[in-house]
Amino acid sequence: MEYKLTTPLTEGVTRSLRAGDTVLLSGVIYTARDAAHKRLCECLERGEALPIDVKDAAIYYAGPTPAQPGQVIGACGPTTSYRMDAYAPTLLRLGLKAMIGKGKRGGEVVQAMKETGAVYLAAIGGAGALMASRVKSAQLVCYEDLGSEAIRCLEVEDMPLTVVIDSLGNDLYQTGPEAYRASQN
Amino acid sequence: MREIAAQAITETVARLCIEANRQLSPDMEQAVRGAFEAERWPIAKTTLGTLCENLDAARATGLPICQDTGMACVFCEIGQEVHIQGDFEAAIHAGVAKGYTEGYLRKSVVKDPIRRGNTGDNTPAVIHTRLVPGDKLKITVAPKGFGSENMSRLGMLRPSDGEQGVKDFVVETVKLAGPNPCPPIVVGVGVGGTFEKAALLAKQALLRPVGSRNPDPYYAAMEEELLEKINALGIGPQGFGGKTTALGVQIETYPTHIAGMPVAVNINCHVTRHKEAVL
Repeated sequence: MEYKLTTPLTEGVTRSLRAGDTVLLSGVIYTARDAAHKRLCECLERGEALPIDVKDAAIYYAGPTPAQPGQVIGACGPTTSYRMDAYAPTLLRLGLKAMIGKGKRGGEVVQAMKETGAVYLAAIGGAGALMASRVKSAQLVCYEDLGSEAIRCLEVEDMPLTVVIDSLGNDLYQTGPEAYRASQN
Repeated sequence: MREIAAQAITETVARLCIEANRQLSPDMEQAVRGAFEAERWPIAKTTLGTLCENLDAARATGLPICQDTGMACVFCEIGQEVHIQGDFEAAIHAGVAKGYTEGYLRKSVVKDPIRRGNTGDNTPAVIHTRLVPGDKLKITVAPKGFGSENMSRLGMLRPSDGEQGVKDFVVETVKLAGPNPCPPIVVGVGVGGTFEKAALLAKQALLRPVGSRNPDPYYAAMEEELLEKINALGIGPQGFGGKTTALGVQIETYPTHIAGMPVAVNINCHVTRHKEAVL
């Protein structure tokens, strides 16, 4: 199935998505990768409020290149997601509904997704120049000292994504290659 | 002696950093576009089509192909008849800083592996230098993204593991990596030497034109066989399934010790970048 969705994403919407579906996502999303996730979780450990509202939000695991003069953003494809696995369950339990990245996820993340009805979406890894054209605005939110790893708020239009892991735990990284191999027998 | 100014090295490295990140070498671009033509599995074909569109977008906008513009690996072959005026390694680092700053490339290097902290200009580079006959200086800049670097492996196999042991280790590495290194990938394999030599050979294998064959027919046949085995895994572009998991497998070897058989597998993504210049 193909869906056109706009953030914020409610649990009803994310629970209806299935691995293998494609999504054109519009609205506001936040970039955060390794160092920003570490800081977000340290913030929670100190009992402080997060600098972004993660409820019904989508976080994009990405660290863009600097924008050139006259451009909104630089190349901004996804980074490999498993490095955020240590932090993701905490954010999911605070209401995060979509994680956008690429690559495998660990069991604890999938378990938290099942509990909270969240989805894991893949952007095409290495297609950074193309993805930049779907970003209409980009604003720094916090952690400017982290450079590319700072949290940014992106307004995106028809960002092309694929549902890799759905809220039932179905995983396209398993079923996709299996289906291809079966077709070769 | 032929004199080469450090400043010329800095300027060249800066230019190569920018060019390597904005446009693939013709062999690599042909490999990606050829894979798109050859792929029949629907989701794989669509995904490869997106990668081709991305190459077009990078060319049209001047943006880097991928946001991970890498850690700069710089390979130098210095002619014995060359005299460098100034600090050679400092000139390379300065070139990386200049290229990554002026080219709006991402600064992805931290100053300490555990304590972190971005260096702010993507320095230092990782420099490999060889002294060779002649009066030229050849510089190759190969920006290395870490999605694929993280999926690389090294094994100290036993001589009794033999050819099959090497093949199994390579295929297993690709299988373990799955979707993480942004397939379709290019697989660099180093066999022999010592612990560090095998790793360097694997990286150097990735500097060869993609799909080129080892001059030794024995290893050329192994490259072909491994490519077939890897593509039979069905991982496919981005791990969504399909035929195109790897665009090439390239093996480099070196003599080794009677007691050992080191094997290193260095994985590159579909944005396999290297650009060279001769001064």
